[in-house]
Amino acid sequence: MTKVSIEVNVNGRTRHATVPPRMLLSDFIRHELSLPGTHVGCEHGVCGSCNVVVDGRAVRSCLMFAVQAEGAEITTVEGLAQGDDLHPIQQAFWEEHGLQCGFCTPGMLATAQELLAQNPDPSDDEIREAISGNLCRCTGYEFIISAIRSAAAKLRERESETTLQPV
Amino acid sequence: MKPSAFQYERPNDLHAALGLLASGDDTQILAGGQSLVPMMNYRLAQPARLVDINQLSELNYIREDGDVIAIGALARHAAIKSSPLILEHLPIMAEAYDWIAHAAVRNRGTLCGNLCHADAASEMPAIMQILEADLVLSKVGSSRTVPARDFFIGIYETVITADEMLTEVRIPKPLPGTGWGFEEVAMRRGDYAWCTIVATLQIEDGKITAPRIAMAGVETSAARLTAAEDAIVCQTPGAALFVQVADAAAQAADPADSATGNAAYKRDLVRALLPRVLNVAVSRAG
Repeated sequence: MTKVSIEVNVNGRTRHATVPPRMLLSDFIRHELSLPGTHVGCEHGVCGSCNVVVDGRAVRSCLMFAVQAEGAEITTVEGLAQGDDLHPIQQAFWEEHGLQCGFCTPGMLATAQELLAQNPDPSDDEIREAISGNLCRCTGYEFIISAIRSAAAKLRERESETTLQPV
Repeated sequence: MKPSAFQYERPNDLHAALGLLASGDDTQILAGGQSLVPMMNYRLAQPARLVDINQLSELNYIREDGDVIAIGALARHAAIKSSPLILEHLPIMAEAYDWIAHAAVRNRGTLCGNLCHADAASEMPAIMQILEADLVLSKVGSSRTVPARDFFIGIYETVITADEMLTEVRIPKPLPGTGWGFEEVAMRRGDYAWCTIVATLQIEDGKITAPRIAMAGVETSAARLTAAEDAIVCQTPGAALFVQVADAAAQAADPADSATGNAAYKRDLVRALLPRVLNVAVSRAG
């Protein structure tokens, strides 16, 4: 089948590629862009491991074709840290032991990123609801909830530091 | 777990999209892709060609049109769930969305795609039937309007033809004072419904009027429970009446034994949920 040219911005960098229409966005990110941080679990939209942020919203990258990402801005787990400095959400997952094997973590981080952008101070129920579409088979979720709660506090603190400049 | 090859088309307007539908066999519309792409990954679906309608911003709307709320083919579940128009006029949809998939799926999936997929365990086909929604099916040069009650045929089966697209759902605003109820049992929120029962009704002079009840997840297609509606119309709401109606509905239900419960269990769910739904709807009416 005819290949299609696409231009996608991934983690702030513009990428051009020619892809077969049937290539899933998850495979495009992992194999064509060599960004294997996005994990592929079930490949039918159930587990949430492959969640990435597309134009500000967390989506299942196994349920989009790469051709559909034409013109989109995508953030994968590789786009979170600034050099050696972990993103506050990553830092919180580390400090709160929000992962064991780490397979679900990139998807959890994408989900948390969207949640905290929309709701800077979520209740535990709202955090549970947000991550209900992400399966974790190690942690029992409690530490992940603590991590997202802690990440919310870190991000609020960072926000107040940047908005409350001394006069 | 990879889809088979297909020809990809990305039209820029509705006219072009309908032209593509009219001009080739084995063509599927790709909207949110949250049901179609899993089926393609499993190779349960292997369409020869996909028409991606995600560029058709003209179909991305939720708007008031007189006494109707009109929802376009590209309106995503997440947008509908948080729409002020929906929260004001159709809160049953917002409540139901707490039970429908998960946030990342709702970010992409569309209402129109969900209806066309016609999963037997899907909630919106039942809700569209009690809200008496009209579905606008468009093809090159013409369109027809089909009531939601007449749209669903069976599992994954609707009256839509290969050259048609469901372009708009038109939902009449419920009359002031309409009460509504939604009850579901599933393994977890977001999973397939084992049994969903929804209802709207009004109360006039202490009697139930205009009852509309539908069920999903039990039979091969969501459907109105007309016998239950007939049994409660013009009656005074009450526990004994609702139990009697629920018993009859459970007996009349035709569930198949399945992975989500045997027939006897599904009937128990109908028996348990129907009085709850009606009680909630009565308490909200007025």
